[in-house]
Amino acid sequence: MPGPFRIAHGLLIDTASAVGFRFDGRQLQGVAGDTLASALLANGQRLVGRSFKYHRPRGIVTAGPEEPCALVDVIGSAGREPNQLATTLPLREGLRAESQNRWPSLAFDVRAINDLLGRFLPAGFYYKSFMAPGWAWERLYEPLIRRAAGLGRLAAIVGEHAAPAETIHDHADVLVVGAGVAGLAAVRRLSVRGLKVMLVEQDVALGGGSLLDARWTAWRESLSAELRDFPAVRILPGTAVLGAYGHGVFGALQILAPAEAARFGGLRERLRIVRAKRVIIATGALERLVAFPANDLPGVMLAGAALAYLRRYGVAAGSRPAFFLNNDEAYEAVFALADVGIKCAGVIDPRNDSLAAERARTRGVEVHGGTVVAGVYGRRGVRGVCLADPSGNPRGRLEADCLLISGGHTPAIALASQLGAPLEWQERIAAFTADLDAGSGCLAGAARGVFGLGAAARDGDTGACAIAADLGHGTDAALQALDFPEDAEVTPLKPLWEVAAPGKAFVDLQNDVTTADVRLACREGYEHLEHMKRFTTHGMATDQGRIGGLVGAAVLAQARGVPLSQVGQLKPRPFAQSIAFAALAGGEVREHFRPKRRLPLHDWHESAGAIFVPTGLWLRPLVYSRRPGWQPVLEEARAVRAGVGITDVSTLGKIDVQGPDAAKFLDFIYANTFSTLAVGRARYGIMLREDGMMFDDGTTSRLGPEHFLVTTTTAGGTAVLEHMEFHLQTVCRELDVLLSDVGDQWAQFAVAGPRAREVVAGVVTGLDLSNEAFPFMAVRAATIAGVAGRIFRISFSGELAYEVAVPAKHALTAWSALLQAGKPSGIRPYGLDALNTLRIEKGHVTSAELNGNTTADDLGLQRMLKKQGDFVGRALAQRAGLVAPGRLQLVGVRPVDRSRRRLRNGSQLLASATARGESLGYVTSSSPSVELEGWVGLALVSGGRQRLGQRLIGASPVHDETTQIEIVSPHMLDPENTRVRA
Amino acid sequence: MLRIPCPWCGERDETEFRYRGDASKTRPAADAGLAAFTAYVYERDNPLGWHIEWWLHVGGCRRLLKVIRHTFSHEIRAVVGPADQVSLPPQSRR
Repeated sequence: MPGPFRIAHGLLIDTASAVGFRFDGRQLQGVAGDTLASALLANGQRLVGRSFKYHRPRGIVTAGPEEPCALVDVIGSAGREPNQLATTLPLREGLRAESQNRWPSLAFDVRAINDLLGRFLPAGFYYKSFMAPGWAWERLYEPLIRRAAGLGRLAAIVGEHAAPAETIHDHADVLVVGAGVAGLAAVRRLSVRGLKVMLVEQDVALGGGSLLDARWTAWRESLSAELRDFPAVRILPGTAVLGAYGHGVFGALQILAPAEAARFGGLRERLRIVRAKRVIIATGALERLVAFPANDLPGVMLAGAALAYLRRYGVAAGSRPAFFLNNDEAYEAVFALADVGIKCAGVIDPRNDSLAAERARTRGVEVHGGTVVAGVYGRRGVRGVCLADPSGNPRGRLEADCLLISGGHTPAIALASQLGAPLEWQERIAAFTADLDAGSGCLAGAARGVFGLGAAARDGDTGACAIAADLGHGTDAALQALDFPEDAEVTPLKPLWEVAAPGKAFVDLQNDVTTADVRLACREGYEHLEHMKRFTTHGMATDQGRIGGLVGAAVLAQARGVPLSQVGQLKPRPFAQSIAFAALAGGEVREHFRPKRRLPLHDWHESAGAIFVPTGLWLRPLVYSRRPGWQPVLEEARAVRAGVGITDVSTLGKIDVQGPDAAKFLDFIYANTFSTLAVGRARYGIMLREDGMMFDDGTTSRLGPEHFLVTTTTAGGTAVLEHMEFHLQTVCRELDVLLSDVGDQWAQFAVAGPRAREVVAGVVTGLDLSNEAFPFMAVRAATIAGVAGRIFRISFSGELAYEVAVPAKHALTAWSALLQAGKPSGIRPYGLDALNTLRIEKGHVTSAELNGNTTADDLGLQRMLKKQGDFVGRALAQRAGLVAPGRLQLVGVRPVDRSRRRLRNGSQLLASATARGESLGYVTSSSPSVELEGWVGLALVSGGRQRLGQRLIGASPVHDETTQIEIVSPHMLDPENTRVRA
Repeated sequence: MLRIPCPWCGERDETEFRYRGDASKTRPAADAGLAAFTAYVYERDNPLGWHIEWWLHVGGCRRLLKVIRHTFSHEIRAVVGPADQVSLPPQSRR
């Protein structure tokens, strides 16, 4: 059989099919069914990595996802994936793995010097040692610490290189987490009762602890066969629940088996979002370590892990194992290794006597009762064990090549904790358990502290009966009881957390936290468990302290002089295990990352050479040219000022407001009045938030006595509708009004420029566009190129302008007709940049000025606030602080040197070039002007309206630029508004 | 993740809703004065226990719902319309 330590047949392996792999460049052989860890152990490779902080040699400690040490980089065709757990990583032909955190090699690591310097690197050392000088943290200390600490190396496996993943939503009556005996028994009962059940198991095989006990094989196999006949049971091995999110929602990560992955085109992972009426948490219990000096030396392994390697993979953890056990359950490993002929160096048990020790002695195993392990010797692996009596007196040594330890078993209650279940201390097992409220589900088996396979199976069945009854499935079809072996009688464990002796004794192997670190935290005042956790990083590694978390808490309890039951246990938050970002993203990557909203005329804009810019979810044409620089933008803007241009404003939010009380409602929502607006007229309106700040603006038209059309900013459409709905359904409940979002129903184009009238006249039938018949701010239904639509005489550019609206599906008809009609006038489309240039010249605000921090008064709109009647924001807008004269007020800005200097958005405005830190405001928008000489901009300046004509310094430190600028009125173009009325 | 039983649409994920704050607050009368409006906008209790709050079903019926939720257990005890009177259960920390 391949590998010198492969001594038996394992349950999960096929010894006939060899699998070649490389570890740190060395070619090795495992067998089908191996994990990387079992294959390494079979080859006698004990040393698998260096530790996080002290760079101490580390080996394999567990046989499952709780592994703290055996993390490796896996090198695949797409790159390097760090922090893969060797203990769960399935071995495959050609796998290339490398150990982590060592340089230059695993056997010789120069940073192991940290281990000798350990007394100078206690917990929290970097908070204290690397304080001064201030600049050094970012440039010197942090890069050094980052290089020395950390685990794997991350290479970019993103974008198209990431393995494909998907997200699936599942629904079930009951989610059963864990397919140990408790979970399997529960599923059987639930299925017979006719419930839809989903069973998830992180392991690749079902059975949990029963996989390690040959007496349970028959039970497991007959039950598995039975479950296959239940159509309403879904069984998902290789699926770990990552978190419990309340209300029956759970996240689970399914790793696809190779055959299934191939069937789904290389799909590697599935994120499953499970919604279940009840949950049964049957996640078992995890063996915990004991803190004694050098308890991290390669060859120190949990006893249950050694049992798992033997039963599952036929691998012996060593050829002469010693054991350090405080509980009868862990003796199973002693018996199993003896059964295959491995000679035991001796069992060290702090208890003076126990039933299991008796059984071991009758089998010729030497048991040292009333004894503890005071240390382990050996440099890169265990060579022997030092014994002591409980008061610390040496009791000699044992030669051994591995030490298999067990400090008891801690129920795995992370999911219950996440659901808010309070902890309950159980003296019997020296651990915490938890219980769920009946509406959520229950815990079952070892997760509830019910140890022993037979007892757990019964507990799972009982829990399932209660849940089925609760869900109204109270009676069984005939269900034949399955026979299973009885549990052996056990002597209770003796709690043992720590052996006090000189040397580093670890409570968290992955983050290199020792018992001394925990005591230091306590001395420094971090007495609460969660504070100790943050000070020492205990339990903060990817393994979440599963095997040592409670041990650290016990050390803290001892340091504080209180019982462990008062200290509690760390609360593990989601995710319960590492998950790749790719798996979380699922299919929502690249172009599927977020939806794109395309204009009805997107294709036309594209064919006209537009460059698009995302604004919110919308893609809007920025400029119709590929040429860089301002020139193409200014050409478009100049066309509007000199002749006529057309732009797509369909992105504006549009809300249809109808009902007998529509006008009254808008009077409440808007700060200005709409009830006085005549039918066929539009009005600019501003909305405030209830706290008195500006919320949104736009033009609202009265289409009929009880019919208004509200337009909002592009960004504000959704928020304004929510704002209106909220007030309509609360304070305005008595009003008879209906709101409808019609933003997607209408395409809208602005035709702007001195020649706009002749262009629009060319497409509109049945409407006199003369100033007398259709003045500024008039609105009419009209036929545009044969399509029933609307014409609004409103202007954002400051020119004579019309906005033409047609149903979105007729967008191209209307647009093409307008272009055709505009040909003689030289019409050209203009994009968002030109639109911006035009509105800055005119002093109109957009989101740069409506930034959530400005009031109506700041923007010079104070006069719009109505004096009579209530409206949202009225009371608080009058607060002294919101109308204070020193507030940042909207002004126009221009460089004093018109010809040479540009303005920059975000430039700080200073009284003088030497005024350090005394900003008077900042530039919000800027553009070269087409009408005026040089650049123009808008700015928010303290007391700005009193500063007209003043000169300030505009400073942009990131560009290392200062510009002398002049404060002007924001209405830099046509302040009398003659053009829009032309 | 909350699952909110909308009286109009059925049980839905919280991602379909927009939280709109404390529903125990009522907008003061127009002439109630600055202090009343300040309290309405800014002053909030932060209870460990039952809480009455607004949720707007933006991804569904667009109805505003009054929800009684426990801030620790997240249990949802009642979901009613804005005009319906509903009283908080006796306070409990879990």
